[in-house]
Amino acid sequence: MSTLTDPPKTAFRLSMLINDTRYRSLTFQALAFLALALSFVYLGNNLVENLRTAGLNINFGFLGDTAGYDISQRLVEYGNQDSHSRAALVGLLNTVLVAFLACITATVFGVIAGVLRLSNNWLVSKLMAFYVEIFRNIPVLIWIIIIFTVMTAVMPAPRAYRGDNATASMLLDAVAFTNRGVYIPMPFFENGLMPGQTLNWLVVLVVAVGSWFAARKINVWATAKQEESGVRPKTLPMVLGVWLVPFVIMMLIMGLAWEYPALKGFNFQGGIKIGGPLIALWFALSIYTGAFIAENVRAGIQAVSKGQTEAAAALGLRPGKVMNLVVLPQALRIIIPPLISQYLNITKNSSLAIAVGYADITATLGGITLNQTGRAIECVLLLMAFYLTASLLISAVMNVYNASVKLKER
Amino acid sequence: MTDQSTNSVAFVADGNIPQSPPPARETGAIKWVRANLFSSWMNGILTVAALLIIYKLLSDALPWIWNGVWTTSSLSECREVLQGKTGACFSVLSERWNQLLFGFKYPTDQYWRPTLAFVLLFVAAAPVLFFDLPRKLLAFTALYPFLAFWLIWGGTILAPIVALLGVAAAAYVFQTYGKASFAIGFFGAIAAAFAVWIIGGKLIPDGASDNALLQAVPSRDLGGFMLNMMLGVTCVSLSVPLGIALALGRQSNMPLIKWICVIFIEFVRGVPLITLLFVASVMLSYFFPPDSTVDLFLRVVIMITMFSAAYIAEVIRGGLAALPKGQYEAADSLGLDYAQAMRLIILPQALKISIPGIVNVAVGLFKDTTLVSVISMFDLVGMIRGPILASTEWSGVYWELLGAAAVLFFIVCYGISQYSQWLERRLATDHR
Repeated sequence: MSTLTDPPKTAFRLSMLINDTRYRSLTFQALAFLALALSFVYLGNNLVENLRTAGLNINFGFLGDTAGYDISQRLVEYGNQDSHSRAALVGLLNTVLVAFLACITATVFGVIAGVLRLSNNWLVSKLMAFYVEIFRNIPVLIWIIIIFTVMTAVMPAPRAYRGDNATASMLLDAVAFTNRGVYIPMPFFENGLMPGQTLNWLVVLVVAVGSWFAARKINVWATAKQEESGVRPKTLPMVLGVWLVPFVIMMLIMGLAWEYPALKGFNFQGGIKIGGPLIALWFALSIYTGAFIAENVRAGIQAVSKGQTEAAAALGLRPGKVMNLVVLPQALRIIIPPLISQYLNITKNSSLAIAVGYADITATLGGITLNQTGRAIECVLLLMAFYLTASLLISAVMNVYNASVKLKER
Repeated sequence: MTDQSTNSVAFVADGNIPQSPPPARETGAIKWVRANLFSSWMNGILTVAALLIIYKLLSDALPWIWNGVWTTSSLSECREVLQGKTGACFSVLSERWNQLLFGFKYPTDQYWRPTLAFVLLFVAAAPVLFFDLPRKLLAFTALYPFLAFWLIWGGTILAPIVALLGVAAAAYVFQTYGKASFAIGFFGAIAAAFAVWIIGGKLIPDGASDNALLQAVPSRDLGGFMLNMMLGVTCVSLSVPLGIALALGRQSNMPLIKWICVIFIEFVRGVPLITLLFVASVMLSYFFPPDSTVDLFLRVVIMITMFSAAYIAEVIRGGLAALPKGQYEAADSLGLDYAQAMRLIILPQALKISIPGIVNVAVGLFKDTTLVSVISMFDLVGMIRGPILASTEWSGVYWELLGAAAVLFFIVCYGISQYSQWLERRLATDHR
């Protein structure tokens, strides 16, 4: 007769902390915690000691002080009597602006180059390979400086537009390329529905969102119709109408007009000025990151197995439809995750603005404000907090998108 | 039957007709051009557009390079020689070449030292990069960091010798005790190294560097492309072991260790390198003991190493995740402990998978070393934008200088990526 007995209870010995797998991980974590705590105490101690000898403290009050420097490229009102925090906000918006623009154009460059690199045209595919290799193997800082130099050295000065025998002329009398930047016409509303131009643009946005919803409704209706009868009704005219008609009517009511840039004194006045540093940074970031995106696109398209293309062809789809309906949707799943990290790279690389004098947050908060106030620790901490938040936000948004397109496994 | 039929037919072929060549438009260059350049209307247009772009690029660049002037001593003299023709002023390269390579403060008569260190770098890197070479060469690789330190910084030879002895003591302790228990061997090795360094540091007399064999050069005198190379090589080699540790930590079952690694990796990957360099230049010195002076080069190395270690950790984590679970379970069932399983089973396979990724990070890091010019270190870009373009002779020579910098970086980075592709083919042991 046998009975089940508990294993003999052994008394706890100190050596079990190392030798027994039940306790060992606890020992290691305790040791790691101790080491971490000790090093934090040590570093913090050094920090306090150093700050005391330097007569400094950690205090974010300086953000309310007058900044006293000008920023030419800005999205919100700012003057040199505004506070450092306002200057940081201007910089923050500038970072967002250049990162947003560069993400769009880099995707365009990248997709075009990636698809053309797979073209069966030998010359074009070699040319694209050359573009990719050249841009991937040379530091982005050098590209930014080169493009900025081109901007300032090749473009005419504003005074070249002056007088009867001007050496430069405006494109369509509306766009002026100068070495200080590009001036383009600014749209505005003569008799807007709301007081203030910003509110009027909000109205435009609301109408656009409405059109978008209507267009979606039409698509849903068309799909339902197709499933019912097998024939998809023509949606293009309706969708176009839903987009264009309200837009045109609204523009007529509100009186859309353009303010053209004009040479006054030594410089152009009016219109929208896109500063040289912004253009250099924007173009350099998009063409540099475009080379990386091209490689991601190429890898994504090549990763779709040949059987898929052949199966689609066997079903009788035309080459264009094979690409659009079969290859690209599958390639997109592979392309999106690396694309997210390229967008993150653009955002982080936009901090190189400081090399060409574009007033992004690194140049305002981490550059001029830091140098003027000497508050190194506070400025760098704020700067890191901003970039960390931006990175986490971008990856969160793109992960949601990624989850919506990825293979649904059941 | 057969006889009849042969007799009744007027002609029977008794051999193959000799093969005739394919039509002219289906062979050679013409076929290739038709198939690859003008297979359709769209392709034809693309080809013409590409040809136009190439012609435009070459027609601008070639005369500029061909008419280049190499021997004048300033930009205005270049313009006199060229007399209005298009042409480059490469004289700035021939005159300032040493400054571009070594910075403007490195003692002129000591240029042979970094050059020798650079040449020896290939000898030291060869056995790591090419597995076919005799393993004994690795001894020189182990010796190289100390040799290179002595060559570049000069000063007393005692300092690198003490450092070397510390590492040797650590290796000895690990060899002796690491067999029994990895943890004891590992921590014992660290303790031994620090003991030797502290005792040795006390033994080096003050002023040992004054009349040393090699003249001492302070870190702030380093510059030019040499600085990029040094930062790149040092930070990559330091960050690989750190990255492995971080990747293993992130995979660990111990929540505390795991979260430390996750927070570190995600924090570093979330901020741009430039903010970390700001930390190195203005903030890090607050965290060192009050009376110590850690020079900027070392602070930058610390921050860049942390930066690339986080990226390498993510690459290696990918390699670890790509291994089938059976490998972990097989190692467990053989009775190997964690350290043995990692060293003998998991890491060799995971690292093999991650090599291309690590090389990518290394190329990216090498390119990012140019960012130190923002915190006023005079690396290649810093030299160009600072002392050279600011000088009266050469202000305005943008293209030649930036082009030369681009070419230097292109050669190194393209070389590394070609090596990585070769390695990938070499390591592909699966049959496809």
